[in-house]
Amino acid sequence: MAVPQTRAAKGRRFGIIARRNITAYGFLSGALICFALFSWYPMFREVVLSFQENNFVDPPVWVGLENFKSVFQDPAFKSAWVNTGVFTLLALLVGYVIPFMTALVLNELRHARGYLRFVVYLPVMLPPAVSVLLFKWFYDPGPGLFNQVLGLVHLPGLSWLDSTDTALISLVIVSTWMNLGSGTLIYLAALQTVPSELYEAAELDGAGVFRRIRHVTIPQTRLILLVMLLLQVIATMQVFIEPYLLTGGGPEDATVTVVYLMYQYAFNFGNFGGGSALGLMLMIVLMVFSAVYLRVSRDNT
Amino acid sequence: MRVRPMAVLLSAALALTAAACGAKSSEKDDAGPGPAMESAGPLDPNVKVSITVGCQPPKTAKGQRADWDADVQAFQAKYPNITIVSKDAFPCIVPETFQAKLAGGQMENVFYVYYTDTQKIIKNRQAADITPYVSGMKSVKDVNPLFLEAFKDGDRVYGLPRKAYTTGMVYNRRLFTQAGLDPDAPPTTWAEVREAAKKISALGEGYVGYGEYSAGNTGGWHFTSELYGRGGDILTPDGTKAAFNGAEGRAVLQTLKDMRWTDDSMGTKQLHRWEDLMRMMGSGKLGMMVAAPDVAVEVFNNFGAEIEDIGATTLPEARASLLGGDGYMINPKSTPDQIKAAMLWLEFHELTPGEGQFNHERSKAGGRPVGVPENILWGDNASGRKERELRKEFATVPVENFAPYETGSPNIRPKVEPPHAQEIYAILDTAMSAVLTREDADIDELLGDAEKKVNALLLRTK
Repeated sequence: MAVPQTRAAKGRRFGIIARRNITAYGFLSGALICFALFSWYPMFREVVLSFQENNFVDPPVWVGLENFKSVFQDPAFKSAWVNTGVFTLLALLVGYVIPFMTALVLNELRHARGYLRFVVYLPVMLPPAVSVLLFKWFYDPGPGLFNQVLGLVHLPGLSWLDSTDTALISLVIVSTWMNLGSGTLIYLAALQTVPSELYEAAELDGAGVFRRIRHVTIPQTRLILLVMLLLQVIATMQVFIEPYLLTGGGPEDATVTVVYLMYQYAFNFGNFGGGSALGLMLMIVLMVFSAVYLRVSRDNT
Repeated sequence: MRVRPMAVLLSAALALTAAACGAKSSEKDDAGPGPAMESAGPLDPNVKVSITVGCQPPKTAKGQRADWDADVQAFQAKYPNITIVSKDAFPCIVPETFQAKLAGGQMENVFYVYYTDTQKIIKNRQAADITPYVSGMKSVKDVNPLFLEAFKDGDRVYGLPRKAYTTGMVYNRRLFTQAGLDPDAPPTTWAEVREAAKKISALGEGYVGYGEYSAGNTGGWHFTSELYGRGGDILTPDGTKAAFNGAEGRAVLQTLKDMRWTDDSMGTKQLHRWEDLMRMMGSGKLGMMVAAPDVAVEVFNNFGAEIEDIGATTLPEARASLLGGDGYMINPKSTPDQIKAAMLWLEFHELTPGEGQFNHERSKAGGRPVGVPENILWGDNASGRKERELRKEFATVPVENFAPYETGSPNIRPKVEPPHAQEIYAILDTAMSAVLTREDADIDELLGDAEKKVNALLLRTK
């Protein structure tokens, strides 16, 4: 506006903005208080605890990097990081691709769409403990469902969870099955936003299914794909329920993950300092990863 | 649209906060001066005291809860100056909340513990030294002193037991009969266990002769039970070095390996944890497992087993037996008067034959199983004899099913869990899961590896 404003008008304007913002802040405060109390404060405490020895009875003692040193020296520390890394990679190969493919197929279907969407989402609604018990039976190396199916097609049965070679991938399968629904729904929503003219144009140009996916679908849903990738890595790096309920870290530590080890330290070993140190390390790793990832993906835009 | 880095970063970080409060202390406990062995004297009846007590039965266990509340009433009538505030929880202790309750000032004055955790709690100085308060208690003198061991550090006492038992073997008598074995003559050697397991597995698909733990720290726990039984030890007497890499340790793993792979009598699925074997025992298809007789009550109450089918005996060839159980410790923030009141309550409710938890007459009237030797905390004295008599008088289960355990166990020395129990169990899980899931597992290598890890742990946590 070119017209110079008077002081009074300026003040009135400020008042309006402030009033409008007060309402906004009012609405925001609930979330802010919840985050502060249940997320930021615990995070802050975790950082403090990782440098302390604290039995919650006597005043805490500052121990510097002692907790970190002692966790570093634990032979399980290295395997926990390796297992977590391998789990995350496998989960990317399996768990990232499958929901997207499922969404693509569902999106192409003409009939029974609602029904299939429901079926795909169903596992998400099962409590994890139930899914995990189910898979305990499926994975039984003797009469388990999977080995019976393999037997039907004359393939030798696998040991699944009971072998160091297949335990991690078996956990990835469970985890993918449990989370498939949410991912698929998000991708489906993203696919709805792709303008159909683009497909028509591509089709007129003679593009087949795969070329259409490559040149239309993926570029159009790129943003969602990138965000989902980041969220998935963050979620899978923190894998806990699957090893906790299915394998108890075994066989031979093959499924001990960072968060599982953190749980052991904090709750079974009564060593909260060590547990907090592990948690802090994982948090830093994920923050660095996220920062780098966002940087790289932004530069490519 | 652009993804805002801060927002995503923040959500990444927030996701991590799930387990972010608590701590530990491992300050060397140089047994600070504290009060000497003198008795603390009785509670002044004119002083009003209120204490919180954990492990009141949950509302879902109506009968037990009513009994508890009646006991609180009776106790408060006897000691009008004391108020008992019961805190219910199921299960009575959840490891996830222990530290948080302490940190938040929510820990009961009289809090419930498992034997496995007592040494850790003492070392972390999270329980009050009650030595002067128990020195005058008559009932404590009648408790088998070996069961008090778990609550002691040197000659200082930090808690009192509620239940105590030694590990034996629980077996399914019906399956024994079906397999042509005599349920009144359970195996007494590991060779006989192997034979019996083979016969039970041969009953058909889904039958498991012998079940064993190997995950979530339970494998290491049972390795310890079986090692103690064979006369071995987890640590050297001074507690500075691992001692399980020897003939006894090898024998434990070799027997399991033979049963798993040579005899194929342990089922195909492994990596069992506590509730897995309970479920199997409850379903009636598991023949034998190493356990204390309290498992009989557990599988009857919560896993659908027929109590008449369950029998218990001692550990085969047992020289010693890992003791287990639970009890109460005192929040160090309690006042001396609160500790005195707590002692009166514990004596009344946990340590009087015929009263509180030992009120077998009432349990029978309430339709709960009585007669299983699930709590053998008394020594061979007046209290012990009285409790045994009452248990027999009001028995609702076939007591003869547990006779092999009851006649055998007095001759077996109870033995406490090693220090750093959970850390060591986690390490030994590896060896247990290896012999049960890998046919080519090398026992010497596994034990050597575990020995190295335990020695490193002992150095690290010194």
